[in-house]
Amino acid sequence: MVAIFAAFIAAGGIFSAYGINPIHAYAVIAHDALVVPGAFPEIFRSTIPLLLTGVGLVLAFRAQFYNIGAEGQLLAGAVAATGVALFTPVRGPMTLPVMFAAGFVGGALWGLLPSLLKLRLNVNEVITTLMMNYIALYFVSWLVTGPWRGPSVRGFAYTDQFPAAAWLPLIPGTRIHWPTLALGVVLAAGCAVLLARTRLGFAIRVQGENPEAARYVGINALRTTLLVMLLSGGAAGLAGVGEVAGVHHKLLDPNQVSLGYGYTAIIVAWLARGQALATLITATLFGLIYSSGDVMQVSLQMPFRVTSVFNGLILFFLIGSERLLAYRVRWAPRPAPADPPAPAAAPHRPSGEEQWE
Amino acid sequence: MGVVDWILGVLVRGMALGTPLLWGALGEIYAERAGVVNLGVEGMMILGAFFAFAAAQVTGHPGLGLLVAAVIGGMAALLHAFVSVTLRANQFVSGLALSMLGLGLAGLLGRGWEGFPLSNPLPELSILPPLGVLLAVALWALLYHTRWGIILRTVGESPAAADAMGIDVALVRYLAVVFGGMLAGVAGGFLSVAYRPSWTEGMTGGIGWIVVALAIFASWDPLRAIGAALLFGTLFHLSFRLQAWIPPEPLQMMPFAFTILVLAIAARWGARAWQAPAALGLPYLRGER
Repeated sequence: MVAIFAAFIAAGGIFSAYGINPIHAYAVIAHDALVVPGAFPEIFRSTIPLLLTGVGLVLAFRAQFYNIGAEGQLLAGAVAATGVALFTPVRGPMTLPVMFAAGFVGGALWGLLPSLLKLRLNVNEVITTLMMNYIALYFVSWLVTGPWRGPSVRGFAYTDQFPAAAWLPLIPGTRIHWPTLALGVVLAAGCAVLLARTRLGFAIRVQGENPEAARYVGINALRTTLLVMLLSGGAAGLAGVGEVAGVHHKLLDPNQVSLGYGYTAIIVAWLARGQALATLITATLFGLIYSSGDVMQVSLQMPFRVTSVFNGLILFFLIGSERLLAYRVRWAPRPAPADPPAPAAAPHRPSGEEQWE
Repeated sequence: MGVVDWILGVLVRGMALGTPLLWGALGEIYAERAGVVNLGVEGMMILGAFFAFAAAQVTGHPGLGLLVAAVIGGMAALLHAFVSVTLRANQFVSGLALSMLGLGLAGLLGRGWEGFPLSNPLPELSILPPLGVLLAVALWALLYHTRWGIILRTVGESPAAADAMGIDVALVRYLAVVFGGMLAGVAGGFLSVAYRPSWTEGMTGGIGWIVVALAIFASWDPLRAIGAALLFGTLFHLSFRLQAWIPPEPLQMMPFAFTILVLAIAARWGARAWQAPAALGLPYLRGER
């Protein structure tokens, strides 16, 4: 919480450097993003993909698998769903369920290669998942400019519009595609139960906290990590389905399909501190930041990029404060030092600190 | 037009595009050799690109622009060094945060600067490409044939051993990361004062991520980075050049696919050259095993 607050203050500093009174800016944002009729539901448009992706990442991070590839997995899900909607004979009420299933499989498959490389060959998953994002990005942009470009939209780089059966229903008067939102909430709850109450959840937690111990008690690292990554990639894939079936109704430029949701979801998951249910809150918070980005674009004539300033700052303060926080908790039993020493001084502390770390 | 001319033309363009890749990759190689991954290259580059353009536009000296870009890149890297070395936070996440912040800030600050061509651009192939090659050779020599190089590599391979030798691990890491950021800043500056002398939002267009891939692809070796940068630069140029015959995207995704492939092959057959620095990505705390 402190981290977010600090990030907002720092962002305020940037506002004033930009020639906008930060208090005025936040007032405008608060008004236009929350109070203006019709604005509030807008928050949930970005919350939906962030929630689904974030829950998946919570799982992955709990197993100490640094999946940075949610962006690519989301796109893969969007591609799979588009394939179902446009190029298969599946029609009628079955269309949407099949699209979601395909999207889940698509996202899961996109996460499969990095997880296999990690498990079989111990290749760093951060790099491979990151690379897979760009492969997905170029893949989608190849699809929409090449083989999948819609015959009826000559000159534009996107596919034909989905048939009506492949449109997700909206909550009337808003642009919230509620089935995806419901799916996200269910998934968050499901993952919380999974982590807390099941064998697999136990295996994930042990493996994440102490891989040595996990091996010792006979937890199959291969199976656990693979399942986690299938779920994590699949969840991101579902988010991709929501974006194409609920918002765009077609596949288009990858940077428009996902407004960096896969990366923002990393913050969503990090902020949730491994608690699947907490993503409900953190995803909504970042949904608010996204919708504020829209507001700032319209009311304050600031570029939408301002959201990545927020995201970057929050992430920095978050990981920066983590260390400080850890120290403060550990010092709690002692009288608080007058000025808290910087963590850099920590290595010079007397012996015994190994056990604390 | 002869085939030779055509190939030469392609290679020259590949070199132009390869130049920012090379500069960026050299910086990333040094940071990673010291044990610090910096995924913030994209952010440092875009900041470098913007500030180089702004400084060059205001003062009329593109060289000054590059200098400013180096300073800005170094400052951005300093933030990463503070968070990942001093605070010992997760390097990957910190780098991502830097990329987000850099892209955001550059987009925010650069709004009024878009759409004006630079009045006094630097000739594209004049200074930075040959200087980059010289720098690569110099950095290679420094890395493998000097005491400083041994210190840098020791810090990346075994910080505990370096610490025991009386080397200030944190200081070496700070220096390497900041140096890397300065080169990334120059790489960004090259884009905006020489390659495409103007400023457009998001003009780095993912080049920073190719740089990250390139550092690995070149197996953290400054000399190999020259060839790898030329290869990736040529691939990217070909993707535009051959647009009439083949779609550009498959060629554009190749640097990323190559990098995964190289990592997999290296891990599978244990190629010694592609062993990452042993302490890469790990924060160092004295006394911790």
